[in-house]
Amino acid sequence: MKEKSIKTLKFVGLGFLEPLIRLINKEEPRKNATLFFKKALLPALSICTFLFIWYAGSSALYISEATDRIEKARTEQGDTAAEEMRACIVSGDISCQPNTLPSPSQVLTSLKTLWKDHQEISEKKAAFKEKVASTNKQRKAQGLAPITYTGRPSFLDQIGTSLKTVAAGCLLAMLIAVPIGIIIGLSEPLRTAFNWLIQIFRPVSPVVWLLLVFMIVKTVITDPDLDKSFIISFISVGLCAMWATLINTSMGVSTVDKDFVNVGKVLKLNVGQNIFKIVLPASLPMIFTGLRITVSVAWMVLIAIELLAQSPGLGSFVWEEFQNGANDSNAKIIVAMFIIGIIGFLLDRIMLTVQNFMTFNKGAV
Amino acid sequence: MIKDMNRNLLRLILVLPIALFSCGGGGSASSEEAAEETNSTALLIEKPQLTFGFIKLTDMAPLAIAKELGYFEEEGLFVTIEAQSNWKNVLDRVIDGQLDGSHMLAGQPIAAGAGFGRQAELITPFSMDLNGNGITVSNEVWSKMKPNVPVDDSGKTIHPIKADALAPVISEYKNSGKPFKMGMVFPVSTHNYEIRYWLAAAGINPGFYTAENIQGQVDADVLLSVTPPPQMPATLEAGTIYGYCVGEPWNQQAVFKGIGVPVTTNYDIWQNNPEKVFVMTKKFVDQYPNTAKAVTKALIRAAKWLDTPGNRPEAVGILSMPEYVGADSVVIANSMTGTFEFEKGDKRSMPDFNVFYRYHATYPFYSDGIWFLTQMRRWGQIPESKPEEWYHETIKKIYRPDIWKEAADMLVAEGKIPAEDIPATDGYKPSTTSFIDSNPFDGKNAISYINSFDIGNKN
Repeated sequence: MKEKSIKTLKFVGLGFLEPLIRLINKEEPRKNATLFFKKALLPALSICTFLFIWYAGSSALYISEATDRIEKARTEQGDTAAEEMRACIVSGDISCQPNTLPSPSQVLTSLKTLWKDHQEISEKKAAFKEKVASTNKQRKAQGLAPITYTGRPSFLDQIGTSLKTVAAGCLLAMLIAVPIGIIIGLSEPLRTAFNWLIQIFRPVSPVVWLLLVFMIVKTVITDPDLDKSFIISFISVGLCAMWATLINTSMGVSTVDKDFVNVGKVLKLNVGQNIFKIVLPASLPMIFTGLRITVSVAWMVLIAIELLAQSPGLGSFVWEEFQNGANDSNAKIIVAMFIIGIIGFLLDRIMLTVQNFMTFNKGAV
Repeated sequence: MIKDMNRNLLRLILVLPIALFSCGGGGSASSEEAAEETNSTALLIEKPQLTFGFIKLTDMAPLAIAKELGYFEEEGLFVTIEAQSNWKNVLDRVIDGQLDGSHMLAGQPIAAGAGFGRQAELITPFSMDLNGNGITVSNEVWSKMKPNVPVDDSGKTIHPIKADALAPVISEYKNSGKPFKMGMVFPVSTHNYEIRYWLAAAGINPGFYTAENIQGQVDADVLLSVTPPPQMPATLEAGTIYGYCVGEPWNQQAVFKGIGVPVTTNYDIWQNNPEKVFVMTKKFVDQYPNTAKAVTKALIRAAKWLDTPGNRPEAVGILSMPEYVGADSVVIANSMTGTFEFEKGDKRSMPDFNVFYRYHATYPFYSDGIWFLTQMRRWGQIPESKPEEWYHETIKKIYRPDIWKEAADMLVAEGKIPAEDIPATDGYKPSTTSFIDSNPFDGKNAISYINSFDIGNKN
């Protein structure tokens, strides 16, 4: 039981909990206590330090901006205005609050606001659905598309859209990069022929990819009912992120162990068998390393792309809050930053798990 | 079939008040009584599910109100309202059909039909508001400009402030080798023409557009460049520009954050000038004529509600929701509730700063459109001379008071607006001199108006 749970934990990338489990089972208490301290407590301590520095930094910025405001009021309008400004800032009236880096507690409040907001929107959605139920029934009978919810998406909906975009983008990247990678990996001349293309397009910025995709999609897709912003953003994400997989696949395929290749020759396998029985299994670890990089790149470029393509995901959430410039906008942006970071981390863990699962040499990475 | 659809609509209208109630919508009481009256003139809606765009500015209010108070749904329309990142994007998305309609700058549909920028057949059946813009300069420029501004006995600056006070500051900057840069929101935006008008009225050349150079900076004393409205305060703070012309709440935001001082509003530059319009493509209007009419009806009602005394505070609450303008309600309230704050503490009454319905604000007057055409010609966006008739023919393709009239007639029949709210007009406002330089403008004589300016292309 114990060994099994440790194995599972390691497998999903939570190996740092291993000493704790051994400790609970009273196994080598000294050694495991030190290990637990190293692997779990130290990171926890560093998180606390980070929070403290953040807190201290944000209060320092707050005080500095508040003092600036008061001094400015003093030089421009005299002492009474300065006193008024001080009183106003102390009272917490939002009309004169410094608008700077939010503190951890403000960010937590915003997180709660966003959650509440999500619940309210869910209620509204349900009410809307009920309201249009009869209309939709009739529209369906007439063969028309049903009326869908017209309100704003909640923060969770936006996370959903972003995940969907990344998933579609990565799938596209995989479908393009793996086959091409195998083909150019198998042939040295092709690899040389395509190398310049890869080297030139790999470093191109996500924004430029987006504009390029925009130019093409705009012309190709004329049906106004299709969700163009989603199509544009997922294709751009895929194109930005596919390079790591492409390069790794071609590398993996071209460096397959000579012995395996010779075995294939001895068995007189045809091309298809050769690829699926020998080349692919042997290069899987490399392909998955590439895919893992692809997923993290996809998640990184997503925000910029969504922002420009007006796709209703986290990117547009961040941008809209920046544009709103309301008192709690900064805190909401930081919430989004953490959510983005945490989801990125989780995605990477998932990819690592899948990679471990798929490769023979477990735990190598 | 038609009977069936009508029954659907009727049922929908009956369901509405209940649904609104359950949403806890702010204006449920008023929409309830309205729904009871609606019966005879319900239109056959061809496309009930619509998406409209807007830019985060307070003058998008009619859209937010029509949605939040259920006016769209009473017309059988299910409308999603989406914030857009910039005006270019708005124009592209409307032309490409991703948006069914949008809040736009009055100049955008006109330029699209007059040969400047991307060309398309766009239609304006509804003018969204009058006034609502301001010109803000940075604190540094204001401190140099203030000594040139006349003051009254109590030491308060006398408005309107003309650009004459700014002229010495501009030469000072130029002499020290710094080009004087200001921001406006779009090449064909009202702001561009307003800030140019204001500067040129004081003999400052804001620069020309030519067929080869579409930056609009040929021979310029002041370099004007494009910045999206919500980014104006940040750009000013960063020192990239020394001033800007933009709509609300971004002038009040500058006062709030203490980064700049609004010096004049466009009410002083041209009294009751049209600002934003609602735009759909000609294709959409031809394909779905009833839908276009229903949208116009809902918007006219929203505008009326906005100008009904006592409703503005509620409107501010709606606009400050994050999906609409999203700025703090105190900031929005400053300009939406009849006051405007110039220097910090200098709050003045401006009852007509944001007009949505009074003075027939929603009616798309040809003469307003012609003013924009004359300014496009004046600054060279229309590079060649055009005959007088061209101005009238062009604007009649874009501005469509006929749709407005049909919608308003239906509202009168339904008892939602009084008959006197429909102006008796041929589409041209009478000649007026209510500009900052008192230069008379008559929409029927476009050519002579163009030739009347000292700075500007002539025909």
